[in-house]
Amino acid sequence: MAGLELLSDQGYRLDGRKPSELRKVQARMGVFAQADGSAYIEQGNTKALAVVYGPHEVRGSRSKTLHDRAVINCQYSMATFSTAERKRRPHGDRKSSEMSLHLKQTFEAAILTQLYPRSQIDIYVKILQSDGGNYSACVNAATLAVIDAGVPMRDYVCACSAGFVEDTPLADLCHTEESGGGTSLALALLPRGGQIALLQMDARLHQDHLDALMEAAMTACRSLSNVLDGVVRQHLQEVSLLTRE
Amino acid sequence: MLKSKTFVKKTRSGGVMKIVREHYLRDDIWCGSEFCVECKQDSTVLQQDACIESNLLSSPHYLIPDTNVVLHQIDILEDPLIRNVIILQTVLQEIRHRSAPVYKRIKDVVHDKEKHFYTFTNEHHRETFIEREQAESANDQNDRAIRVAAKWYSEHLKNAPKAEELKIVLLTNDRANKEKAEESGLVAYKCEEYIKSLIANPELVDRLALTSDDQNEITTSKLLFPEHLPLSRIQAGIKSGSFLQGTFRASRDNYLEATVFVHGEGEESTEVLIQGLQNLNRAVHQDVVAVELLPRDQWVAPSSVVLQDEGPKEDDKEEEAENMLRCEANEAMLKPTGKVVGIIKRNWRPFCGMLSKSQIKEATRHLFTPADRRIPRIRIETRQAAALEGQRIMVAIDGWPKHSRYPNGHFVRNLGSAGDKETETAVLLLEHDVPHQAFSQAVLSFLPKMPWRITEEDMKNRVDLRHLCVCSVDPPGCTDIDDALHCRDLENGNLEVGVHIADVSHFIRPGNALDQEAANRGTTVYLCEKRIDMVPELLSSNLCSLRSNVDRLAFSCIWEMNHNAEILNTRFTKSVINSKASLTYAEAQMRIDDTSMNDDITKSLRGLNKLAKILKKKRIEKGALTLSSPEVRFHIDSETHDPIDLQTKELKETNSMVEEFMLLANISVAQKIYDEFSECALLRKHPAPPPSNYDILNKAANSKGLLIRTDSAKALADSLDEAKVDGFAYFNTLLRILATRCMMQAVYFCSGMDSDFHHYGLASPIYTHFTSPIRRYADIIVHRLLAVAIGADCTYPDLMDKHKQSALCNNLNYRHKMAQYAQRASVAFHTQLFFKNRGILNEDGYILFVRKNAIIILIPKFGLEGTVFFENKDKPSPRLTFNEEAPTLTVEDHTFHMFDKVKVTISLDSSNIQHQKIRMALIEPVIPGVSVALPEGEPEAKKAKLDR
Ligand SMILES: [Zn+2]
Repeated sequence: MAGLELLSDQGYRLDGRKPSELRKVQARMGVFAQADGSAYIEQGNTKALAVVYGPHEVRGSRSKTLHDRAVINCQYSMATFSTAERKRRPHGDRKSSEMSLHLKQTFEAAILTQLYPRSQIDIYVKILQSDGGNYSACVNAATLAVIDAGVPMRDYVCACSAGFVEDTPLADLCHTEESGGGTSLALALLPRGGQIALLQMDARLHQDHLDALMEAAMTACRSLSNVLDGVVRQHLQEVSLLTRE
Repeated sequence: MLKSKTFVKKTRSGGVMKIVREHYLRDDIWCGSEFCVECKQDSTVLQQDACIESNLLSSPHYLIPDTNVVLHQIDILEDPLIRNVIILQTVLQEIRHRSAPVYKRIKDVVHDKEKHFYTFTNEHHRETFIEREQAESANDQNDRAIRVAAKWYSEHLKNAPKAEELKIVLLTNDRANKEKAEESGLVAYKCEEYIKSLIANPELVDRLALTSDDQNEITTSKLLFPEHLPLSRIQAGIKSGSFLQGTFRASRDNYLEATVFVHGEGEESTEVLIQGLQNLNRAVHQDVVAVELLPRDQWVAPSSVVLQDEGPKEDDKEEEAENMLRCEANEAMLKPTGKVVGIIKRNWRPFCGMLSKSQIKEATRHLFTPADRRIPRIRIETRQAAALEGQRIMVAIDGWPKHSRYPNGHFVRNLGSAGDKETETAVLLLEHDVPHQAFSQAVLSFLPKMPWRITEEDMKNRVDLRHLCVCSVDPPGCTDIDDALHCRDLENGNLEVGVHIADVSHFIRPGNALDQEAANRGTTVYLCEKRIDMVPELLSSNLCSLRSNVDRLAFSCIWEMNHNAEILNTRFTKSVINSKASLTYAEAQMRIDDTSMNDDITKSLRGLNKLAKILKKKRIEKGALTLSSPEVRFHIDSETHDPIDLQTKELKETNSMVEEFMLLANISVAQKIYDEFSECALLRKHPAPPPSNYDILNKAANSKGLLIRTDSAKALADSLDEAKVDGFAYFNTLLRILATRCMMQAVYFCSGMDSDFHHYGLASPIYTHFTSPIRRYADIIVHRLLAVAIGADCTYPDLMDKHKQSALCNNLNYRHKMAQYAQRASVAFHTQLFFKNRGILNEDGYILFVRKNAIIILIPKFGLEGTVFFENKDKPSPRLTFNEEAPTLTVEDHTFHMFDKVKVTISLDSSNIQHQKIRMALIEPVIPGVSVALPEGEPEAKKAKLDR
């Protein structure tokens, strides 16, 4: 029998969402006390944890030091229990290194690194449960963690994936949709200015479809930024309440 | 609202995997009813006026069928009478899982606005979602989901204004489900119960599929067939190698025999022979089945007996027939033999055929005989048997219980009276799956508005070639002219040759309904007196047809050539042309030959003709084959539309002139699109046949002391040219006819999916179809690719997707094959009509093949092939000796060789109205007791003689 029907004629996706709807997002900031900043996010069944240290002096080899700005060091890993089948190697494989690099590029574009010359900011993200859109969850978690650490950024960086099924762009893909065979892209956006921090797509897509797909991803990113904004504000309120006491 | 859905799934590798999926519940899924004021829906599907007159219900009602009702009674649901039906998502998903054809059909129904079918996404609706209860089976859960949804609908609409009368009716054949539904206060009926109550259309009852309940009545005391194994055991068996999976192919001539074609890995495909009712075990032609091989000592040889199922008979007779199969056979002829142990996938479609009325006058159960001999008879229930007698009807199979000799089915529709030309044409179109309905409004809406003229916009990326002296050369009466030519001298002494092809892709834009329809049809189908167009007539016979003296849009391929026909320069461009003349082959030939004519058109034709001859010579030197098949054309009486004369197609020099340039254009375009799009060029290839295909050709040539070399196309072409027998001019043509039959089928493919591009017959390394976009869809795609390559048009996603294109190629290849079969069937039918009107004819013919008990004869005059059988049911057979090596057949004392000249009488045998056939009987050579006397005297007397 043919594979799954990713989008029904009535316009509902497998899990009941409409094409442009996001999965349920839940987030918390300041989950660890020892780190300078930390955050936990759930996007559907994808769960990610981000921890930020810094800015601090450059550790390890001094040669990495930049004299005009801070070094961003990112490390991505997946928990061994994050997928349905137990993962053998949680980090250090090609995919993880690639993901670390992408995160580094994203946050170099967002953090005001020139404020901290000759220092280093570490961002560690871990996927606790994986159900598609790992990159986006990491970026969103890391954004919250960076804010929690008080490191100034140009804007929130929000990331979201989008895919293309039967000539309709779908926002925020879950794992089943990602592995359904269509083309998907991941996009990180600085919503206020509309600048794209990172755009990644590794399958072929006809040029005619690209605009529609990017538009869908950008719209999704903007809605995500509202959600994140809400989380940050609520966190601030809670914290200020505590400090007042 | 969020619900997490967790379930356990077995993976392909056999492990067990836990899958967690999110499941969102929504409160913005509307009910789709006109009554409702609560739902904030933009448009409604279910009408207020939802009344189907019925004895059970007088009020308006919406129907909710369960999965099995949709699955089995889709013929009923498709009837225009049945409207306002709610199809639940649960039902739809289960159908998708269980039967792809029914899924497609129900989706088509849902899309049909007239039908008012509404799909309700119940599993994502907050109030109709149900969670699986403990120890509840998936089936029970689905049934419950359907009941919950039905209940929700009746509660939801109860409060709507004016809806007091409205009822929600659940249709289910499951007794438990029905009882539970009634307990919870729902109206539930069995499907039969409901359909029988309909006042408007009692005829619908005949279309009810027989369900398991009814079958008990037909039960005979004895189980006729072994049980089919469950799918799980079949799969285990296939994995362990004890069963084989393959496609079941019933024999056309013997209802007790079939082969199962087992797809092996790579080239290793095998065939398993199945003999006898028990072993065939209810498999129907084209089913995917599992077979078990019998031990070697039970293997048999394929029987050469012709056996037809004559209807119900005594058991012992059946056994007798089966014994007949077991003829003595030597060891070498034994084939792997097996039995069907289970059905993996049924491939049933509606079948055309006729009703064999039951002898009992009041009976409502009758046997139906399909036109396709490979399909078993089907038992159907109908009250209109008397009216259906002598009519061609369509019937669908519902099931084949193990205690029933025949499968059970139901009547689908009446096509018309048998033997009627319209009906027979409809039958042959249906049996060959040729889409032939009138174009829908949606398709027609994409046609250009009339009056049409060329606009400024059209002229963008297009050159004006109206000044050129272009003309077209086609068969007489051609209205869809897709090519035109020109040739002129250039100042530098070279020649400019242009091939101009109708610019169909200008009118058919990618992805719209018109394009989809054309892509589905794939090709125009030419029957003897009818043309089933691929695109609507406005395009095929008017706007795209390159008629003379009107401005037409074209796609031109223009070469600069020297006088040796060497291409110096190739240019492709979209253009506007104005053809100066539409000529027939004969007219063009006349102009070329008539030295007194020296106008531009004639000069152009002469130049083309000269170049064509050189091109052809070059092509043949490279090893292109010239094969032949006897093609016939009917002269059709303009009033009665009966064929009045047959004529074999005559080829003129100008035929090959046009053909030569079309080939050249196709090759040039193929190269160009492949250079530009190496991954997604649509090409056409013709694989070289495996050497064993040539066996029959070699034997035939050997019998005349000649040698045919078949190691390459070139060698074959050369040795065919040399193969001549003195005083037997037709010999060479016969050899070429045989050679044609040895060839493989040419196919379309996508360049990114294949590595072998060679066209064997044309001896070209690359080839495609560019020159007939009016009648072939492949050419439209090639036009689009070429237009993108030269920057005249923009690309679109599907064009660059090699998987989608590959799927398209599969459809095109299928449609072309079916079109060819339909065409042959149409010629056969018209040949029959012709002989019916002519009575009996005596003609000379040649033996084309020698078989074990027959010879196959070709009558060159009519291009007609027929079989002379030497075995007769009522007469003792003559002595027959068959030599397979030579091959020869000795009848009494006369030995028949291939290509022997014989004289036969031809008549029409209409003893079986569904299978009328041309009957041939031998006149010369005279063999006592076998040949018939040369009929003399009155035509009536002739008939009488042959009728005995
Ligand atoms: Zn409603």
